[in-house]
Amino acid sequence: MTSLQNTHAIEQGASRKHIWAQIVEIIQRAAIFVLLVVLVTGFAIAQPAFIHLANLMSVLQAVSVVAILGAGVTISLAVGGFDLSIGAVAASSVMAASYSMIVWGLGVYETLPIVLAFGALVGLANAFLIVKLRVPDLLATLSMMFLLTGLQLIPTAGRSISSGLILPDGKTAQGAYDPLFLLIGRYNLFGIVPVPVVLMAIVAIITFVLTEKTRIGRLLFATGGNEVATRLAGASTARLKTMAYVISGILASLGGIIIAARVGRGDVSSGASLLMDSVAASLIGFAVLGLRRPNVFGTLVGAIFVGVLLNGLTMLNIPYYTQDFVKGAVLVGALAITYGLGHRHT
Amino acid sequence: MVGLTISTSQANGYLATMPLLKVENVSRSFGATRALAHADLQVSAGEIVALMGANGAGKSTLVNILSGVFPADGGTIRFKDEPFAPQSPSEAAAAGIATVHQSMQRVGAPGLSVADVLLLNRYADGSEPFFLTRSGVKRRAQAILDSAGFDLPLDRDFADLPAATRQLVAIARALANRASLLILDEPTASLSGQESARLYDILLQLKAKGLAILYISHRIADLKALADRVVVMRSGKAVGNFERPIQFEQAVELMIGRKLSHARPGARTASGTPVFEMRDIRLLQDSQPFDLSLHKGEVVAITGVLGAGKSRLMSAIFGISPLVQGRMFLNGTSYKPVNPRDAIAAGVAMAAEDRHQSSLMPADWPGSTLAQTISLPHLAKWFPSGFLFGTREQREAESAIHRLHIRTSGPSAPISTLSGGNQQKVVLARWEAEPSALLLLDEPFQGVDTGARSDIIRAIRSRTDRAVLIATSDPEEALEVADRILVIDHHSLISGSTGQATNPDWSAPLS
Repeated sequence: MTSLQNTHAIEQGASRKHIWAQIVEIIQRAAIFVLLVVLVTGFAIAQPAFIHLANLMSVLQAVSVVAILGAGVTISLAVGGFDLSIGAVAASSVMAASYSMIVWGLGVYETLPIVLAFGALVGLANAFLIVKLRVPDLLATLSMMFLLTGLQLIPTAGRSISSGLILPDGKTAQGAYDPLFLLIGRYNLFGIVPVPVVLMAIVAIITFVLTEKTRIGRLLFATGGNEVATRLAGASTARLKTMAYVISGILASLGGIIIAARVGRGDVSSGASLLMDSVAASLIGFAVLGLRRPNVFGTLVGAIFVGVLLNGLTMLNIPYYTQDFVKGAVLVGALAITYGLGHRHT
Repeated sequence: MVGLTISTSQANGYLATMPLLKVENVSRSFGATRALAHADLQVSAGEIVALMGANGAGKSTLVNILSGVFPADGGTIRFKDEPFAPQSPSEAAAAGIATVHQSMQRVGAPGLSVADVLLLNRYADGSEPFFLTRSGVKRRAQAILDSAGFDLPLDRDFADLPAATRQLVAIARALANRASLLILDEPTASLSGQESARLYDILLQLKAKGLAILYISHRIADLKALADRVVVMRSGKAVGNFERPIQFEQAVELMIGRKLSHARPGARTASGTPVFEMRDIRLLQDSQPFDLSLHKGEVVAITGVLGAGKSRLMSAIFGISPLVQGRMFLNGTSYKPVNPRDAIAAGVAMAAEDRHQSSLMPADWPGSTLAQTISLPHLAKWFPSGFLFGTREQREAESAIHRLHIRTSGPSAPISTLSGGNQQKVVLARWEAEPSALLLLDEPFQGVDTGARSDIIRAIRSRTDRAVLIATSDPEEALEVADRILVIDHHSLISGSTGQATNPDWSAPLS
């Protein structure tokens, strides 16, 4: 009888150990989803208005720009780079869109291609610095960020752009925001879904499929994982890196377009925290599913998670100046879970 | 065994009454895998013990336990007659066990000079002054080099050194820590014959001073030159102990668990028009021009000391670096690759030196499974739609696993979970997955045990639809695999395209 009990105890011990390993695994994979559910439930109980569809949509609208920029960061991380210029590209795109419509008097159909081309061009410039001149990624995109932050001030001598702007040469700008353009930021599809949320979903799906389900995506990641091996396997890593930075630039300018359409003017200070927020989203994304690598789905979840948290806390009257602290705490926590628990496996 | 252990080192006038290191019954598991199962080992002062074993036999696990990388699950270790269970590498080093790991990444970092790397542990343990002067650092680093008997460029960036020189830096540093047991994990894997000979001299001198050396190697030449005793490991335990005179053949058979086949591959005579030709080639501005031609179905090895130009020749053929002079022809037509993509499109494939740097993705990264490792160069062909749908990748991997006897849990196993020999098989499988006219293999047996090596050789020689050019710094490997051996020196072939199987005189100095 005693021996039977013994074996039973041992079996229990073994299975307990096994279960513990599984729990760690599950925590790692699902931590952020569990937290998300807890947060949503908590906020909904504390403040029933939180769970209203309109509020949930406003959360998604608030994070759409960060998520789109985050997808760009994710792709630059996949090739082993880092695009620090995205925030500045988005901000300059706001200015470019405003300038195009207000000063040049162009409509939405001219402005959109111009702004997206501007983003692509910055991406090409980054890629030229990194691929051709071999400037390290961080340094190249950091200096590009500086350059753009300054460049956007020059055409208007540092003034924000709105109708009736007095140009440096003394003339008054005659144009105005195209009402169609404003719809990008302000129209709700079926009266519920804001256009930025739709754009975010489209960008998320396209970039997810591109990075995870296509040959190009595999090669993008291969470049970031082992550039030498990728080149020896016959791929053009220069082209792949260029592609990543161009995509990142285009996505950043799309983010800028959304901001411009929502705000309706070219504000010089717009997009100040965009870089930090989108980098944070893609780094929190490392923790999602316990992948420990850049991934578009994780970035999206990361952006939404931060959005839910900030919206909920605002509803509970937590002061706005704690926002950056909260984002930072989420990032630290997410990375600690991913990397800290991951080590126990080995 | 607690009493007198008569060690062969008595011949050197060193009396060892107790083994310096005594490992008994030590086990270690990783998940469900039993890496070490009741392993025993003894090493006495002034003795060189060689540890042999196929990949996965538990050698590295044992070394990692002894050097404090991770603890054992069970068993006892006594070192200097005291219980020994190091919790960290620095603890093991402080106790007197110096380890030179196979992976050079653990030694230094880019941006550090050779002198810095030599003094790195002393920076860490505080025995160097807080404020460093250039001359002081150089002087103390030079002292370490002098005691090891090496001559190395102290001011060079560590990352710029060739692998062999980095190896010497690692050994010199390990010796500087007043160790009583030196563990070397395949120290000659990246060394040329001459450099190995220099290392043998140094190790024998150290042995004469009373240092115990645990030496892990697959190279019979190393063992012949050095080992007082050979311990063979298989399936996580020590299965054999050979004293001098050592029966190497028996030891190798015990290690791989089957008989060695003696028949050297019958040299096939090359005939017909060459698949690949090089005419009037200069690799460097001041090197001698040479010709080379390879025929369909033949396996040609190029051997020479490190830095003789093997890798440069391979790189030129694969379009990585340009030729200074000369023309190349593939299947009779002019062949001028400007990058690897060109080369691959023309029908040339290359598995480059050092698989970790040249072929594999880091763990947990997309593309790091066995199947994905094989498919990397073939994605465009295997997934013409651009989307990664379908089972092509899996099927190719399964057939490679079967054909090359790759030991793994399946096509989606992470490549990092495979042993070195099996990883190398996967790299070979990558370049065999699509037909090629010319297959280039640069050091294909680096860190590959004898069993896996014979599998790889069989695979290389089993196909006659292409020419194979192998670069190796180990003449024995060249003899084992090739129909024809060419010697390269000072960036030029010396026993050039004679078309006959040449058996070069290895005793002749090559430089």
